[in-house]
Amino acid sequence: MLRRWQAIRQRGILGMNRRNREYIGRYNDRALYPLVDNKLRTKQLAERFDIPTPKLLHTVTTQHDVYQLHQYLPQGEGFVIKPVKGSGGKGIVVVDRVEGDVFIKASGARMTLTDLRRHVSNTLSGLHSLGGSPDSAIIEQRVIADSVVQAYGYEGLPDIRVIVCCGFPVMAMTRLPTRESDGKANLHQGAIGVGLDMASGQAISAVQHGQPVILHPDTGKALEALQVPGWSDLLTFAATCYDMTGLGYLGVDLVIDEQRGPLLLELNARPGLAIQVANQTGLLPRLRAAERRRQEALRWSPARRVEMAQETFAHSSKASSPEDSSVI
Amino acid sequence: MTARGPVWLIVFMLVIGVGLILHRHLQYDVPLLPGESQTLWLVEARIDFVADGQPVRVEMARPTPQQALVPLQETGASPGYGLNFVEQPHARAVWTVREAQGPQTLFYRSEILVSPGQAAVTMPAPVLRQRQWPAPYANAIDDLLQRAHSTSADNFSFSRELLKLLAAPQPLQHVVLLKEKYGSDMALLIADMLQQAGIPAAVVYGLQLEDGRRNQTLMPLIQVWQGEHNEIFAVPGRAPKSLEPEQLLIWNPGGQPVLDVMGARHSNIRFSMIRQQDAAYGALSEQLSGQYDLFNFSIHALPIEEQAVFKTILLLPIGALIVCILRILVGLRTSGTFMPVLIALAFMQTSLVTGLIGFILVVGAGLLVRSYLSNLNLLLVARITAVILSVIAIVGVFSVLAYKLGLTEGLKITLFPMIILSWTIERMSILWEEEGAREVVVQGGGSLLTAVLAYLAMSHVWIQHLTFNFLGLQFVVLALVLMIGSYSGYRLLELRRFREFAN
Repeated sequence: MLRRWQAIRQRGILGMNRRNREYIGRYNDRALYPLVDNKLRTKQLAERFDIPTPKLLHTVTTQHDVYQLHQYLPQGEGFVIKPVKGSGGKGIVVVDRVEGDVFIKASGARMTLTDLRRHVSNTLSGLHSLGGSPDSAIIEQRVIADSVVQAYGYEGLPDIRVIVCCGFPVMAMTRLPTRESDGKANLHQGAIGVGLDMASGQAISAVQHGQPVILHPDTGKALEALQVPGWSDLLTFAATCYDMTGLGYLGVDLVIDEQRGPLLLELNARPGLAIQVANQTGLLPRLRAAERRRQEALRWSPARRVEMAQETFAHSSKASSPEDSSVI
Repeated sequence: MTARGPVWLIVFMLVIGVGLILHRHLQYDVPLLPGESQTLWLVEARIDFVADGQPVRVEMARPTPQQALVPLQETGASPGYGLNFVEQPHARAVWTVREAQGPQTLFYRSEILVSPGQAAVTMPAPVLRQRQWPAPYANAIDDLLQRAHSTSADNFSFSRELLKLLAAPQPLQHVVLLKEKYGSDMALLIADMLQQAGIPAAVVYGLQLEDGRRNQTLMPLIQVWQGEHNEIFAVPGRAPKSLEPEQLLIWNPGGQPVLDVMGARHSNIRFSMIRQQDAAYGALSEQLSGQYDLFNFSIHALPIEEQAVFKTILLLPIGALIVCILRILVGLRTSGTFMPVLIALAFMQTSLVTGLIGFILVVGAGLLVRSYLSNLNLLLVARITAVILSVIAIVGVFSVLAYKLGLTEGLKITLFPMIILSWTIERMSILWEEEGAREVVVQGGGSLLTAVLAYLAMSHVWIQHLTFNFLGLQFVVLALVLMIGSYSGYRLLELRRFREFAN
């Protein structure tokens, strides 16, 4: 047991307690949380910083609006309904296409207008929000993922999670939905996590349920061939989110739209630890490298920080070698 | 907070905590282990009545030394009243006041030492009285007494035989007849019947000694004499939980009236009690010195009713500490952070097995009801309210079922916190819909495991003894919590989660 402890520590794995105390507790000011916990505010903020987000169609704020829901839905095309204060993808409904009165989800499940209304009504009551507080729902245009990435997803939208520490993107992965995860990009529900090389956006390693996988179980494609397009832009958007929110330890979720390129989906002030498993690499050495340069980060532009990160955290680089983890 | 901050705070808390514990142990002889002590019951009687503006005289019987129980020290609290403890002809407390108006409350408190070596006390038998009964009842009584007489040898066996006749599952016609007429006061009927047969007997009242009970009433019992020796018998249908002399305090040996109030109306007497594990001499010296000492600041200065409440409250930090350990050091996931502590508190009232079965039954049935409710398209608050009502209905049904099946243990599930249960059901149901059944089992199991461990800690005799008698322990717990809160190493379950990296 002690040996395993030491081995994990040697590999620089970040544990939940250290994450909470030394990163979230130290770098994330509570007062800034509403910026990321409220998707509407995140969206407005992103606009000011020229970070593209999926197009907002409507905001539902009152139960009265729920009865007129059909008026706000786009005719004939897909859309997404999200709780404004939701977290971890809870309460998000993705409607792929509409056939008459039936709404067909990405997974193929069918919903009626009544189902949608109930869902929005629940959302307004706070069912999906943090702490159960009353909430609003937003209706967004559905993102159609870039074909390069979408080829790896199964009945859902693959997204890209970047951990940004003190303004430096330090680690990234893409989450591929599977049949088992029901089109959702949640790793603990069976989605595949693919670790990405910070330098190029090229896949390094992939895991499902914490076990290494080579091929996508549903599409059969070799995962190591995956390469995220527009990688530097994507990292720059992620790094800009630091300037945007002031949060020093941030999970940035993005998607690649087939026409608009990288879009910001949502921000997370308490990003999970599974990214380490997907990358087969511990976060700690990279986080410490980013922390050491946090004074420079304030002067540097996001593009400059990304440049440094791509150099330092490249897959073949030495920055993630065990020697660095001796710095406590 | 700087890295140094918590270290000094932790040391400070530890020093204060350990210091208080040692001070109490050394200065006041409070033992650190419950085993070193004798059991002491603090019993408090509260008399309420409404005065009319006239002189008031309240007389109450006081418990006297009896088998296995010895009253040590008695006090009364009664602002404005004169109080006398009278010993002759009977032990009584007498409160008097020239004028009183409106609702009044008097307190009487006695420390009762449990001493198993104390022999039964002999006392003279009361004078025999004969009561007259109307025709059909007199014949019935004569017949019953005849039967009891023919199958018995002495006064005690006679009483047992008579009680057996009265308590028979298929009673004789005479018994049915008597119960119809005198059923409201069986105790008096039995005592009078015994007297009729020439056996000295009296109705006495006893208090069941159970830790932390409040608002208790006295139970009627029958005291029967054979010469100077006497024995206590339970009244059929109103038997106390235990007739053990150590757990049954006879309040008025000899059958004197318990309460006698003149000049006031609506009098009422209630009892609360609490068990203490104290070194008898330590407790005595503490009482005798009677000095208020800042360092001896303790819960024991409060009335017993409040002490009983604190006995539970002081255990809560222990449960919370267990939650801290399991979540931060082990990494267990629970549904609701401190919900398991509340469940553990419920377990303390119901006993572990009954509690576990009850909890699983109620939550399981609740989940079924909730899955139906989710089809009805209700607003959130209304839905949870509906779940609360369903939980109450489920608890009601289970209680009635359990009672009909003769499982009185089943009645205890009414002690569960209903609203907490409803939220648990709601959360688990959403978890089920969103994350699947596996997550429900993981979090539900984590919650139950935490609740069971918290229960085991909180119901441990030694821990109960320490938390109640040493307030300093709370500082130690606080220091531990601060230490755990400053821990940033791996959780036990993370070693499993990241096991790939160890190869």
